Amino acid sequence: MAFFEARNLHKRFGSRVVLENISLAFERGQVSGIMGPNGAGKTTCFHVLTGLHQPDRGEIELEGKSISGLSPQRIATLGVSRSFQIMNLFDDSVVIENVMLALPEFRTRRLSFLGGVFDDTKLVDAATDVLDQVGLAARAWEKATSLSYGERRALEIGVALAARPKILFLDEPTSGLGSEATRNLAALVRRLREHYTIVMIEHDMRFLFELADRISVIHWGQVIAEGTPAELQANKWVRRSALGEAALA
Amino acid sequence: MISLSDIPVRSRFQVYAPMAVMAAALSTAPWWLPAIGLYQYLGIEIAIWMIFALGFNLLFGYAGLHSFGHGAYLGIGAYAFGLFQQNVAVSLWGGLAAGILAAGLAGAIVGAFISHRRGIYYALLTIAFGQVFWFTSMKLYGVTGGEDGLLGIPRPPLTLFGLEYALRSNVALFYLAAFFLLATVLLMWRLVNSPFGRVLQAIRQNETRARFAGYEVWRFKWAAFVISAMFAGLAGGLFAMAQQSAYPDVMSLHQSGLIVMMVLVGGGLVSFWGPVLGVILYFVARDVLGGLTETWLLWYGMMFMAMVMLRPEGLAGMIHLGWKRLGGASEKPVILLAEKA
Repeated sequence: MAFFEARNLHKRFGSRVVLENISLAFERGQVSGIMGPNGAGKTTCFHVLTGLHQPDRGEIELEGKSISGLSPQRIATLGVSRSFQIMNLFDDSVVIENVMLALPEFRTRRLSFLGGVFDDTKLVDAATDVLDQVGLAARAWEKATSLSYGERRALEIGVALAARPKILFLDEPTSGLGSEATRNLAALVRRLREHYTIVMIEHDMRFLFELADRISVIHWGQVIAEGTPAELQANKWVRRSALGEAALA
Repeated sequence: MISLSDIPVRSRFQVYAPMAVMAAALSTAPWWLPAIGLYQYLGIEIAIWMIFALGFNLLFGYAGLHSFGHGAYLGIGAYAFGLFQQNVAVSLWGGLAAGILAAGLAGAIVGAFISHRRGIYYALLTIAFGQVFWFTSMKLYGVTGGEDGLLGIPRPPLTLFGLEYALRSNVALFYLAAFFLLATVLLMWRLVNSPFGRVLQAIRQNETRARFAGYEVWRFKWAAFVISAMFAGLAGGLFAMAQQSAYPDVMSLHQSGLIVMMVLVGGGLVSFWGPVLGVILYFVARDVLGGLTETWLLWYGMMFMAMVMLRPEGLAGMIHLGWKRLGGASEKPVILLAEKA
């Protein structure tokens, strides 16, 4: 039994089948990658795994317990965190508040109607620790919109980390990043892999092959190949697919 | 456009100074209101509408939920107060509690229907429910008195620690309303800066992210609606005392539109004090401009349109930006209260 497992997932929107009998397994402490061409169903797969969309069929388990059909907020409280392909932050708020809101200790106080937030040293310290991990501690009190694109990507990961997840889903974390920001992000993921189980969708093959322990290739809503980066490089199906020889060279 | 987070609290002075100014203005109002040519009853009206507006802005400004039928809860509070006096007991605390609870209950029922919706559907449903309450008040003659409403609602005396204070005079009632206004300001300030209030603001900004941070978004939206309705109920109870009556017009669409206009013009979308400024502006326009021309509402309406088009941040936003240009406000939203932590 894998740490996080999805079996025979099926999802359709109207007459269009987006996921067809997809089974995936992610082991504890590993970085797992999901790759595939545009429109392959990768992001829909993430949405289904994290509860944004309900699967039409199939089973999803976290540590052997079913999380199928649960709401995103319930799944989040069970230890599943995610970032989004399109940036999803609290833009009007300062950086530290973005992180603070995702902290479990903040969540337990969510129905406190009269207590303070920014004068609570425990909350501020916990949020600052998370910002430190993603290299944004110095920008803590600035508005989220004042960050650069790469910093906002890092903040997205920080918000996901703040929930102290058991498993972290990153949807195209390098999307829109320049080469330097991508290098910084790779360094961040390398640091995080020591503490978290990570699953990421990625188009940047160099980035993915460098960091992932195992990779699943999705095409036409199906898993067409799985294995270590080395195994996939040797897989002729993958080499022939639209993913491109160059990317794997 | 700037947002609520752009006018953050920078020091304890900035938190308490406006409250102190407000308390001073309220406590001396019975002296200076007649001195500037205005009248005591206006103070009561302003205090009541400020309570209504501050409660409304929890929903409108902080949670970003556009209720266009909120006059209904003002009316329900007024009717509940009147019915309590006429059918249960002549009691200030009992009547006000009835107003708050009745409006809260109505808000809880309506909130359960609308809190899973957002945007235009949410707004339309609030109008629809508001109209249902208004229509009911017109037709449920045996309870509400129909179009005439409830007349002759007494102003029960204030009983406190065994002592009794008559509230028959407008000055006495003004002080009661001013007390509730100050309590509302303090309570609302704590609320919007509490974890609950911060989650509401997060939901306004990004509902999806809030869900993935583990929050049951619809429950927060529901709670905001109920709390806001309860403050409207309190305002309604005081309104019934002030008018000594409750009638369908109190809960009409016109009142619902008025509160939206006051909050927007004042700058409720960008500042805690926006609703307060909006109420003052409206009543000054009504009583000062109204003394000069019968068409004051036309001018007020035109000012509202100009504000929405040119300065959507409202009066509070204009004051903030003006202050910033003079170098009195920080360019960055720095929260010194938090930095002290």
